[in-house]
Amino acid sequence: MRADDFLHPTDAGLYCPPGDFFIDPVRPVPRALITHGHGDHARSGHGAVMATRETLEIMAIRYGEDFTAARQVADGPTRVGDVEVSFHPAGHILGSAQIRLACDNGPVITVSGDYCRTPNPVCAPWEPVPCDIFVTEATFGLPVFKHPDPSAETQKLLASMAEFPDRPHLVGAYALGKAQRVIALLRQAGYDAPIHLHGSAQRLSDYHVAEGIPLGDLRPATTPKQIEGQVVIAPPSAFASPWVQRFRDPVICFASGWMAVRARARQRGVELPLVISDHVDWSQLTQTLSELRPSEVWVTHGAEEALVRWCELNQLRARPLRLVGYEDEAE
Amino acid sequence: MQVSPGLPSAWKTVRGTVFSEAGGGSPEPGRRQPPVQRCCMKAFAALLERLAFTPARNAKLQILQHYLERTPDPDRGYAFAALTGDLKLRAVTPSLLRGLAVERFDEVLFALSYDFVGDLAETIALIWDGEPQGELSIAEAVHLLETTGKAGLPAAIVGVLDRLGPSERLAFLKLATGNLRIGLSARLARTALAQMGAPTLDEIEEVWHGLKPPYPEVFAWVEGGPRPDRAALAPFRPVMLSTPTDLEELRALDPADHVAEWKWDGIRVQAVSDGGVRRLYSRTGEDISGAFPDLIAAMTWEGTVDGELLVRSQGSVATFNDLQQRLNRKTVSRALLQSHPAGLRVYDLLIWNGEDLRPQPLMDRRAVLEAADFGSDRIDVSPLLSFDTWDDLAALRADPPDPVIEGVMIKRRDAPYTGGRPRGPWFKWKRDPRVVDAVLMYAQRGHGKRSGYYSDFTFGLWQEDTLVPVGKAYFGFTDEELRELDRFVRNNTTERFGPVRAVAPKLVVEVAFEGVNRSARHRSGVALRFPRVSRIRWDKPAVEADRLDTLEAMIDAPNVFDAEAARAGVRHGRTRRRE
Repeated sequence: MRADDFLHPTDAGLYCPPGDFFIDPVRPVPRALITHGHGDHARSGHGAVMATRETLEIMAIRYGEDFTAARQVADGPTRVGDVEVSFHPAGHILGSAQIRLACDNGPVITVSGDYCRTPNPVCAPWEPVPCDIFVTEATFGLPVFKHPDPSAETQKLLASMAEFPDRPHLVGAYALGKAQRVIALLRQAGYDAPIHLHGSAQRLSDYHVAEGIPLGDLRPATTPKQIEGQVVIAPPSAFASPWVQRFRDPVICFASGWMAVRARARQRGVELPLVISDHVDWSQLTQTLSELRPSEVWVTHGAEEALVRWCELNQLRARPLRLVGYEDEAE
Repeated sequence: MQVSPGLPSAWKTVRGTVFSEAGGGSPEPGRRQPPVQRCCMKAFAALLERLAFTPARNAKLQILQHYLERTPDPDRGYAFAALTGDLKLRAVTPSLLRGLAVERFDEVLFALSYDFVGDLAETIALIWDGEPQGELSIAEAVHLLETTGKAGLPAAIVGVLDRLGPSERLAFLKLATGNLRIGLSARLARTALAQMGAPTLDEIEEVWHGLKPPYPEVFAWVEGGPRPDRAALAPFRPVMLSTPTDLEELRALDPADHVAEWKWDGIRVQAVSDGGVRRLYSRTGEDISGAFPDLIAAMTWEGTVDGELLVRSQGSVATFNDLQQRLNRKTVSRALLQSHPAGLRVYDLLIWNGEDLRPQPLMDRRAVLEAADFGSDRIDVSPLLSFDTWDDLAALRADPPDPVIEGVMIKRRDAPYTGGRPRGPWFKWKRDPRVVDAVLMYAQRGHGKRSGYYSDFTFGLWQEDTLVPVGKAYFGFTDEELRELDRFVRNNTTERFGPVRAVAPKLVVEVAFEGVNRSARHRSGVALRFPRVSRIRWDKPAVEADRLDTLEAMIDAPNVFDAEAARAGVRHGRTRRRE
């Protein structure tokens, strides 16, 4: 079977004809395999969803129990149509997975979803999944992105809190994954004071704790009088809302891989940029391709052009899929 | 890669032994000894990053003060000089940097990266793939850049980049290109010094000139050591500043105790001629001599004088716009010297013929001033105004004889000359600001105490049927008005660009400003001086806001009370309120 007949991009997302399913579809479809729970990959309204147990539970928290008509936990290699599918840890967020697809007389394809190889206290580490075709993201697919050690970035936050003890530090972090990771990093660094949470991150953080990931003393950041701690975690979108006005002279921080670039930090009006990313950086991306050495690389979203160029220079066949609908801003 | 011969030996032996010596020996008993930071380029990089993203003045001051307290000599002195632009290094050019990048990286990947990052030094700092090893002090970096010849420079820079981490690479490249871009004035930096110890800002400014980086004697002084000798001639002396006033406040004072002068719309300067050394300082102590060789040549006397720098054209004083042609230049062309000759209107003497007059009462200094011979028609004395009552003065203020007058100065007859801004001896009573009714177009979220509020506003005026942005204002309103403006912005947003929102053109704000100049850099062709929101016109429909022509008419009519200007339709805050 030709690779294109096995898996190809459509308007709704990647489609696999022999299995009759989509991967991370951006529109409601009859059958969806979902890599992880971020909103641009995991949408509600599908007929049937297969994902890791954690991803299914996260979707239920975000969209309600009726987010799909039918669901199935990915548990070991499973036959879907004519395709054998299996889920493998991606190291991106809790429950995130790469999906391996195999069928008789066709290539083995691994769809990485979003992935990260830096150790992350809130999820299982990425595993290499050998394949003929590796479908990779390229969110940070430019050689300028070399994410620093997240614990050093955590120290930057702690240093600022020591420098300005009277100013609350509002850390912008995506409500699923990044928020919990920042909290876990602070705890690892020995910070054990209460950490306040914007309402939108509360249930997802509770879920992490229920999954056995200790996050310490978490408190809501709803009314001004309750804020005694110095750290408040909120989704970046909250900074544009009047919610921020309850804090007196806050230091606006943002935990994201984009913060490596000053212009990006300035555009967002950030006072303390923290380069903490849940995606592979350029070094990890190119290292992964060198190690897996697939016969072909497909690039889903991000800086496709640069990664394809790198593949060219390193004698790897590569092509951009130009998928739309996957936003990188939330990172 | 060969390490340049200019690289100091300490760099080769790395691992920090240098810094224990640089830390300055054993502390004096009882003196606070801040922890010494060992990774000096790393600390400098952290400082630059913090300052670059910190908008608030006081937070900037605190960050800088802590850095200076924790960093040993000579690194803190070099860092200080780098921040204030006083570190004169052989500037590494962008083309040199581009050359380094092309040699090392795939051209396509570098171009894509540069395109994304937007800053050459930053792109190179991020893309470079060195293995951080050892430490580099700022002193070593400065020494390297000072001593390496042009031919050896690229290799020397590569040698350093290979050994530094990414944030230090950026700090090093910013140092090397001399382009820090962190928005910190020399005065603010010296304010941080003043906060470190006993010497006041004025005392520091008084000894500053003649000192050279890395300023070890200044740091020793703020940490309790002796005051540095002022060896240099023609130093800057702290300038006496005035506070704003109005008629109501003046009525409580006796006019007989005061004199008044015109307030000239030029640049406040201190001109110093001391033992053959002549300098012109701005009121914050920046040396601006280079831009005014004509005036420097005319300073044939011996003394320190306080006055207004003005440009003349055809016998009379030219506008501030003309003066601006002469500002911010390192050198000045002969043509410009002819077309825009600089002059000085003196209003006070600090030192004259070796005698320090500052402790004497104003009228005694004035007597010396009026008797002085400046020996040049470029230099004259600011005349006193004749008045008996504050109403007399108000009448003079309302009808000044020259368009380049922006109000009156009122000074106590018996006051000595004291640096800083004491309240009482000197007042400025400026003419009322001019105003236009403009339409709010964009709003940007503020920082610090204004976090979460849309507090920085861009406003525009009508030209045909479109609004042309003419300026920005971020103060002039009360906290309550800020909340109302914030609500308006949120409810009327039409587009978002990061922290900026475009708003529907519905709200009229009265914008007050001190003057308007032509500007090629602004889309509207005009630039406002000191704009602020003076009133929010919730009542006024946007179509009735002013047109761009109104502002343009004010350019050629510097004096608002000028009859012709009034006929030309220029409006003025006070006159309009009478309407």
